[in-house]
Amino acid sequence: MRYSALSLFANALMGQKGWKPAWRDAAPKPAYDVIIVGGGGHGLATAYYLAKEHGIRNVAVLEKGWIGSGNAGRNTTIIRSNYLLPGNEPFYEWSMKLWEGLEQDVNYNSMVSQRGVLNLCHSDAQRDAYARRANAMRINGADSELLDQDGVRAMYPHLLDFDNARFPIKGGLLQKRGGTARHDAVVWGYARAADKLGVDIVQNCEVNGFIRDASGAVVGVETTRGPIRAGKVGLAVAGSTSRLTCKLDMRLPIESHVLQAFVSEGLKPLIDGVITFGAGHFYVSQSDKGGLVFGGDIDGYNSYAQRGNLPVVEDVAESAMALMPSIGRVRMLRSWGGIMDMSMDGTPIIDKTHIPGFYLNTGWCYGGFKATPASGWCFAWTIAKDVAHARNALMRLDRFRTGHIIDEKGVGPQPNLH
Amino acid sequence: MRIPCPYCGLRDSHEFTYLGDATVKRPDPAAPNALDTFSDYVYLRDNPAGAHRDLWYHASGCRSWVVLERDTRNHAIGGATLAREVTP
Repeated sequence: MRYSALSLFANALMGQKGWKPAWRDAAPKPAYDVIIVGGGGHGLATAYYLAKEHGIRNVAVLEKGWIGSGNAGRNTTIIRSNYLLPGNEPFYEWSMKLWEGLEQDVNYNSMVSQRGVLNLCHSDAQRDAYARRANAMRINGADSELLDQDGVRAMYPHLLDFDNARFPIKGGLLQKRGGTARHDAVVWGYARAADKLGVDIVQNCEVNGFIRDASGAVVGVETTRGPIRAGKVGLAVAGSTSRLTCKLDMRLPIESHVLQAFVSEGLKPLIDGVITFGAGHFYVSQSDKGGLVFGGDIDGYNSYAQRGNLPVVEDVAESAMALMPSIGRVRMLRSWGGIMDMSMDGTPIIDKTHIPGFYLNTGWCYGGFKATPASGWCFAWTIAKDVAHARNALMRLDRFRTGHIIDEKGVGPQPNLH
Repeated sequence: MRIPCPYCGLRDSHEFTYLGDATVKRPDPAAPNALDTFSDYVYLRDNPAGAHRDLWYHASGCRSWVVLERDTRNHAIGGATLAREVTP
């Protein structure tokens, strides 16, 4: 069924009895052309674009739990394309353009809300860096605006601590096309659209090994629901990547780290965009339910625990208070942790590997959500054509060996600093 | 998470700075395959889900480097040794 105002109206009259499940809960077939491991946003988007752009419809997405139960359901839902470097900005701007057309494309309300992303600056040097970034964004077709203090005051006259003694707010970098999207609805939208094109979405099916032929090529996967053969296997499992690649004796430039995020109790409308603090790591927006959704740094040590520790909670709360003291009495309602695939240069990897039939999508650090559409689009291209698209051509696996790293933050091979 | 510093005793992890995997070894720069071994050493990690040996620096304490045995699945700590006492 195509969702529309008419279908909504008709179902309202019929007592909402006409709705069908949005996708089939498929049982695995013995073989597929392509298997995507990981039923998060990236995996489902990959399957969707394989079917839609490349006509490869005999595809399965294998998910160990339920779709969207990993990082796709654990992020702060921010979308933006305010990167600096040539390997990144064209990719993220393509993602932004896909976000802008996503709901019409997949016929699903993903609640993409271009409410603006504002990065605050607190010093002359930081403003210079933002001016450079703003220009890099414009060169690549993204929108950017440099605001002075009055410009920021006009947006948030009463919220921010403009004259803070240590970190006065001097201005900001604004991307009006940035904003938020409803993370679960992104997963569900891609799942429904992929399912409609024939993709099998197999839940509760954990991949725990690979089937290889005599030449060493990957020709399928071992799962908790039996072996499944495939022409090509693509991995989109974020923080769990190393757990699977170790079965192929592949060591990766990846460390898995835990990142926490937080939601406050529901408030009346307070923050209508996304704000990031420039003097600490803190980003905040307000959900449509009224809760402030915010986060900060990763905990900073290798972890698969999906839960973090208190020092980071304290650090995030301190940053929040430094930026907007008025939320000091607001209570934190929930916090949770997700496992980030922190790469050695802070930039993702979308590439084929040295093993025939095996493709890798990993290294999203803690910026994977905004990349969901372009990640799926580029990974699908790479799998279908056996060569990277220009948009992910620099996100190579071998860039660490050849020295062509894409280190946006310039901190070197130290994953917990990216 | 609290870390049993061999010198200071049980201390909050906040006092420490994390470096990473303690098992990687700096290769021989004079070896003919040094390009490969060095790029592996700098960039590639086992990244296991389970037992892991971490390097922590007790910056707000005794300023020793500590090798911590820790389970990355649940942050359970097995033990800690001063890095200088770990035989390479």
